[in-house]
Amino acid sequence: MENHFELGLEALRQKLLLMASRSETAVNESVQALMQRNHDLALRVKADDDIIDQFEIEIDEMAIQLLTKAPLASNLRLVTVAMKISQNLERIGDEATKIAKRAHDLAQEPPVKITLELPHMAELSLAMVKDALDSFVHRDPVAARTIIPRDKEVDALNKHIHQLLAQHMMENPDTIARCLNWIVASKSLERIADHAKNIAEEVVYLCEAQDIRHTLKNS
Amino acid sequence: MAEITLPKLNLSDAPAAPAINAPTLIEINQVSLYYGASKALKNISVNLGEKIVTAFIGPSGCGKSTLLRCINRMNDLIDNVRIEGSMKVAGQDIYAKDVDVIELRKRIGMVFQKSNPFPKSIYENIAYGLRLHGMKKKSELDEHIEQSLRGAAIWDEVKDRLHTSALGLSGGQQQRICIARAIAIKPEIILMDEPASALDPLATARIEELILELKKNFTIVIVTHNMQQAARISDYTAFFYIGELIEFDTTTKIFTNPAKKQTEDYVTGRFG
Repeated sequence: MENHFELGLEALRQKLLLMASRSETAVNESVQALMQRNHDLALRVKADDDIIDQFEIEIDEMAIQLLTKAPLASNLRLVTVAMKISQNLERIGDEATKIAKRAHDLAQEPPVKITLELPHMAELSLAMVKDALDSFVHRDPVAARTIIPRDKEVDALNKHIHQLLAQHMMENPDTIARCLNWIVASKSLERIADHAKNIAEEVVYLCEAQDIRHTLKNS
Repeated sequence: MAEITLPKLNLSDAPAAPAINAPTLIEINQVSLYYGASKALKNISVNLGEKIVTAFIGPSGCGKSTLLRCINRMNDLIDNVRIEGSMKVAGQDIYAKDVDVIELRKRIGMVFQKSNPFPKSIYENIAYGLRLHGMKKKSELDEHIEQSLRGAAIWDEVKDRLHTSALGLSGGQQQRICIARAIAIKPEIILMDEPASALDPLATARIEELILELKKNFTIVIVTHNMQQAARISDYTAFFYIGELIEFDTTTKIFTNPAKKQTEDYVTGRFG
């Protein structure tokens, strides 16, 4: 028979998974809104951000209640990691909202005639988020570790996109406002990948009790 | 444009988790203890550091109190007990034939679960051990008694009633009198067998604060059923199960990432 504490832990885990699913959907939809110039979808992502914020508050409350029961060992790690993951998911939601806002603005204007690797970058960031969350669900530190170096590729793409857009703005000053929107969207995708990396690091801590943040090895 | 120079952050200066590097004071080597034919401790080997707090944890009957009582030979007082292996304190075999047990217990004080002050005044409770060890002069006794009561963080509460009965104090105060009595004769080691288990949270917090103060001058080994207490006050933790030492490590390691499944199950409340 599971005790009350274990039931509480399971409820926390389930709530976190629901939040993860919401955040992942928000990123997916914001990218879709950006690429497809879908005004309505962008508005929906913006509206749904409050739900993700509420999840963060509820998860913190549940975690604090569990902490008053003084959990130890893997239970302690799960509670603290849940709080950190929910914070990262909330930030992912915020970045999705930023992308949605830019998508909304861009959808009102004519498209900028420039080829960017943004769809590829979005694909990489989304895959990192999905894989990080899968590694949490399966408690798989090996999979989590493989996510961390992938952040470099996203960083490089963001830098490259930024350079292309800067060049384009110099050559076509009338596109500055629209290009700035694309720069912000690209930066948000880069931040989403950072948060996925943070989640992966937390999964390693959850499974192995090893804090690998800010270590040279994973940079 | 003004140039702003930020101080360079040297990561090597960042605070690290304190390393516990205490020299060994108590060496327990292959110790087994039998109550008649029943083996209560099974080949225990562990070294306990000086001037740190070591907690013994484990379910009832796991042998933690039995091992604690081996350290000042309290088990000698029980019939039909046989001990194998060796136990050294500061390099001296405490089970050697020439060891004076009374002298040994002067070096290794003990505080029990239930406070047990003598049915005498607060002053006499502390003076008793001092007189037994040859201190006669009143001014010297007064000074040592005050020092001990201050050391046990109870001086301010009893200084105006030193000559009233210790039995009139609260449970938590009585326990601190017992600690004052133990430290009066300046032992090297203080053994504590669930010293706060009969106390309310406030009195428990005082005892825990006191333990953290005492470790500056004494080596403390404590048996506790309260894992949060072990987590709060100890530097090292030993987990015992059915007479065996299952795991011994820093308290942080035991309570965040124990190496053995049995330890994990016990500290997460899955058994015990």
